[in-house]
Amino acid sequence: MSAAIRGEFRKFLSTRMWWILGLAMFAYLVFLGAVMAFSFAFGSTMSAGEAASAGVPQMSGETAATMTYSLTSPLGYVFPLIIGSLLFTNEFRHQTITPTLLVEPRRTILVLAKLVVAAIFGVIIGVLATAGTVVGASPVLALMGDGSYLGSGDVWALIGWSVVVMALWTVLGVAIGGLLTNQVAAIIVIIGFTQFVEPIARVALGAVDALQGVSAYLPGAAADAVLGTSFFGSMGETDLLSRWAGGLVMLAYIAVFALGARFVTLRRDIG
Amino acid sequence: MTAPAAVTIDRLSKHFGPVKAVDDLSFTVRPGAVTGFLGPNGAGKTTTLRMLLGLVRPTSGRALIGDSPYLELRQPAQTVGASLEASAFHPGRSGLDHLRMFAPQVGVRESRCHELLELVGLDQAKKRRVGGYSMGMRQRLALAYAMLGDPAVVILDEPANGLDPQGIVWLRQLLRAFADEGKTVLVSSHVLSEVQSTVDDVVIIAKGRLVHESSLSDLRTLAAPSVEVLSPTPQRVLELAGTQQWRAEPRHDGVVVLHDVEAPQVGAAAFAANIELHRLSDVGVGLEDVFLRLTGEPTQEVAQ
Repeated sequence: MSAAIRGEFRKFLSTRMWWILGLAMFAYLVFLGAVMAFSFAFGSTMSAGEAASAGVPQMSGETAATMTYSLTSPLGYVFPLIIGSLLFTNEFRHQTITPTLLVEPRRTILVLAKLVVAAIFGVIIGVLATAGTVVGASPVLALMGDGSYLGSGDVWALIGWSVVVMALWTVLGVAIGGLLTNQVAAIIVIIGFTQFVEPIARVALGAVDALQGVSAYLPGAAADAVLGTSFFGSMGETDLLSRWAGGLVMLAYIAVFALGARFVTLRRDIG
Repeated sequence: MTAPAAVTIDRLSKHFGPVKAVDDLSFTVRPGAVTGFLGPNGAGKTTTLRMLLGLVRPTSGRALIGDSPYLELRQPAQTVGASLEASAFHPGRSGLDHLRMFAPQVGVRESRCHELLELVGLDQAKKRRVGGYSMGMRQRLALAYAMLGDPAVVILDEPANGLDPQGIVWLRQLLRAFADEGKTVLVSSHVLSEVQSTVDDVVIIAKGRLVHESSLSDLRTLAAPSVEVLSPTPQRVLELAGTQQWRAEPRHDGVVVLHDVEAPQVGAAAFAANIELHRLSDVGVGLEDVFLRLTGEPTQEVAQ
């Protein structure tokens, strides 16, 4: 198993894609962090009525800081999902799955090794992504709002959970890639789901009484539960799950796709 | 190297829907020899190799490395080294990185990767991206991958594809050295001539079925030369055949077919005997013709 993990590490690090995507993610989150911080800072200077008519969420102080820093996952989760998925889809796209399965014919070990490597890289991706948001948002909050609150324990706890959530997204990405295997299909599904399906579903499900409970089990809502805060929640969405329940829901998604990778994809003939 | 191990294909079949890609195939490959696994494209060679390596699940039958299926080998990468397609590389990775990422599971150090890259002639190119490699360079890298664990069994699918003539000579020497070390070497090809100076044994399949399994020298005995002779005096040709003890077969068109003899001998003897010849041509079946006949492809008709 440790040999398989070392092999997967080398695979991951020997292509350029992960750091190109990592840099893009960082830049994207710096920009969005700054924009959101500006909007919160701007909102807090208005009266409640003005803010509502301008469509700006009105928050101030530590709430504004926490809310801004928590945007890493809801706005940036497409990146760890795609980076993770590449760990599997590259193997199928470039047929390296053949030599990979020759050196490690035990399919379960292969899937587990990829999940472990994704978790470890996921932490790095999570640090990079969360740092991006903080780097973008904190100067704006400090200069225009009520402060960056980087001395607050609650803010640092949130930042820690943000790293955890981004790592979980990376692991889920690997599992999705393992089930879908086709690189283009996996990327389209991930972008489509994260950018359109889930945001719409969370709002739509939240609007229907009978389905309100369901929306909390969507992956993004589960991730918000782990963070303990929700950008969507601030826009009038229903209650989130508890932190541990949200974590379990994310792990359940990972398990379902990973089992699919192991027992659907890797039971098929290769070649 | 691990202990020598034979390869046994035992009543192996693979059906894709109604298509019998491999159909009740059995043969063995012995250690210490180079075996050519031959057949036209689509004969089922690659599917057979993939079943042998645990990548494709057989419909029935089994394939063994030594005594166990590939999936049950304790150290698969140190027992079997295989290269199935010379295109199985991420184009953005360097040749060195391609080997390095398998080294931990094969159980070798990084220095082994460098050694092998030097051995296959990629020392200068090892830090370059594989995307810029020629087909021949990819074949060499695939070969280095197969050799990583110094395996007892080496399986190569069409390894000569894309190699230049010097590369083919080099490959031939390498395979010979493997066999001399006691390795089991199985090399597939769709062209007999590509491997006929390399292999000791041949396994020939067509349409998923075994059509021939023997040593190369036994295959050669199936190749029988014969000569067509046209002479204004066919009677004298038949007399000459009698004195030379050639098997002769007069045809109704006046041509005499002489078996187990080649044109230069017939020409020389006819000249010595003062026999006028109007045509003298080799029409016998060469090794390649035997291969084509066995695999059911139409043999080339000699132009009349």
